[in-house]
Amino acid sequence: MFEEVATTEQGDLVINVGPQHPSTHGVLHLIITLRGETIMKIEPHLGYIHRSIEKMCEGLTYRQFVYVTSKMDYLSSHINNHGCVLCVEKGLQLEVTPRAQVIRVLMDELTRIASHCLWWGALGMDVGALTPFFHAFREREMINVIMEETCGTRLTMNYMVPGGVMADLHSNFQKRVKQFIKDFKPKLIEYDDLLTNNSIFIERMKGVGILSKDDAVSYGCTGPTARGSGVSCDIRKWYPYEIYDKLNFEEVLETEGDSYSRYMVRVREFRQSLSILEQLIDNIPEGDFQTKTKAVLKLPKGEFYSKVETARGEFGVYIVAEGATNPYRIKFRSPGFSNLSALDHIARGQKIADMIAIMGSLDFVIPDIDR
Amino acid sequence: MFLKEYFKTIFGTVKSLLTGMRRTGYYFTHGKEIITQEYPNEYPVLADRFRGEVVMIHDEKNEHRCTGCSACEISCPNGTIKIISKFETGPDGKKKKAIDKFVYHLELCTFCNLCIEACPTSAIKMDQAFEHSVFDRSRLTKVLNKPGSKIMEGVE
Repeated sequence: MFEEVATTEQGDLVINVGPQHPSTHGVLHLIITLRGETIMKIEPHLGYIHRSIEKMCEGLTYRQFVYVTSKMDYLSSHINNHGCVLCVEKGLQLEVTPRAQVIRVLMDELTRIASHCLWWGALGMDVGALTPFFHAFREREMINVIMEETCGTRLTMNYMVPGGVMADLHSNFQKRVKQFIKDFKPKLIEYDDLLTNNSIFIERMKGVGILSKDDAVSYGCTGPTARGSGVSCDIRKWYPYEIYDKLNFEEVLETEGDSYSRYMVRVREFRQSLSILEQLIDNIPEGDFQTKTKAVLKLPKGEFYSKVETARGEFGVYIVAEGATNPYRIKFRSPGFSNLSALDHIARGQKIADMIAIMGSLDFVIPDIDR
Repeated sequence: MFLKEYFKTIFGTVKSLLTGMRRTGYYFTHGKEIITQEYPNEYPVLADRFRGEVVMIHDEKNEHRCTGCSACEISCPNGTIKIISKFETGPDGKKKKAIDKFVYHLELCTFCNLCIEACPTSAIKMDQAFEHSVFDRSRLTKVLNKPGSKIMEGVE
């Protein structure tokens, strides 16, 4: 029954990973050409979870389309929404109150920690360590509770609206975030004990899947993937939005470009996000959480682009407006798609067993790639 | 030289494994720090803003605040809400628009809260109910205004 094996003309073996494979973190389908155990080529196949979100957004108003974007990169849904409202505000030339700006940044950083928590746990699972997953989800749950209390939902929050945020902070918010900061700091040492300093883990990650600085730039990699190769590309530093230019945080850079440095970038970003939370949590200015806007938003004729730094890289929103209540055309630049394009390059010549570790270090969210 | 490196790697690995095992052992002996909720036996405490489903607020006199202005219907991205309106004759003989049925399709709802934001009279709100599984899909289509209810006086 299984006599016919798919091979190429050179006698290489062709195997499929996915679309229903747990380690691809979703419905990503990879066609891998193998010579022995060595990867010769990886062809990613997309489209299994394509929902034509860009087209869908063209039929929705400027208030409604923000919500759809949280279904793309669902792990950093706040930051996706943030990019959209920034673009709409650019078109409307709306000023956002200081309180709303601080709330937005606080939510962004909490989302970043939650997203990195999930990635950290899932990466542990990918390389064969089951324990980190439960540890990471325990901390992520604390953020989810904070989100649930203020935003109403745990994963796809539609909290950002053009002109501010949907509701004021919950009265427990400050207390809970302070508690989270206090609890999370010792947990980071625990994370290092469990995974970062584990020599089996280091053996699996160091020197595997090297992405050079030039390649990271030419493939359009952004976020921790590019910063692991030494490319300084943090949108929060280079094109600061909201109050990021007034904050004191450092852009995490590693130079090696292998899976371990991509890992280290994200682990060090935990501490940077925590430091941003610490700076802001006691300094939330008083005032309105939302600027008064018209019930029906109409962007003037023109083209608008804004970008934000999600947990995975640069997320850009490009709106072509024709003066109507809905956009004429919307394009989303998602970080996952560009990072995936580098997978073939960095996995070539590596062993098949390392492929999952490389994929885990790139941190894919498949709905973000497919849209 | 080679032997020295060899044993150094072995002991380093064992040490790093033991460090990790110490963490696991800590939670093995400290069961109270584990936060697993046994859901059907232990009911979760939900936040007051939790978005479970849209409900219409009724007071004890079976009166609601919905004027049937369709702002929620327009603001919904998925077509979840359908308002079927009728014309009522008021006590002064004037014809007035009122809701006949506020149809809410829970199966289409994505809990984005935009309808609640759009409502000018705060007639609808999000409820904490989250156990939405039913055997028949038609049971997810709900009529939110209670039978026999009418609009509160003074709400325009």
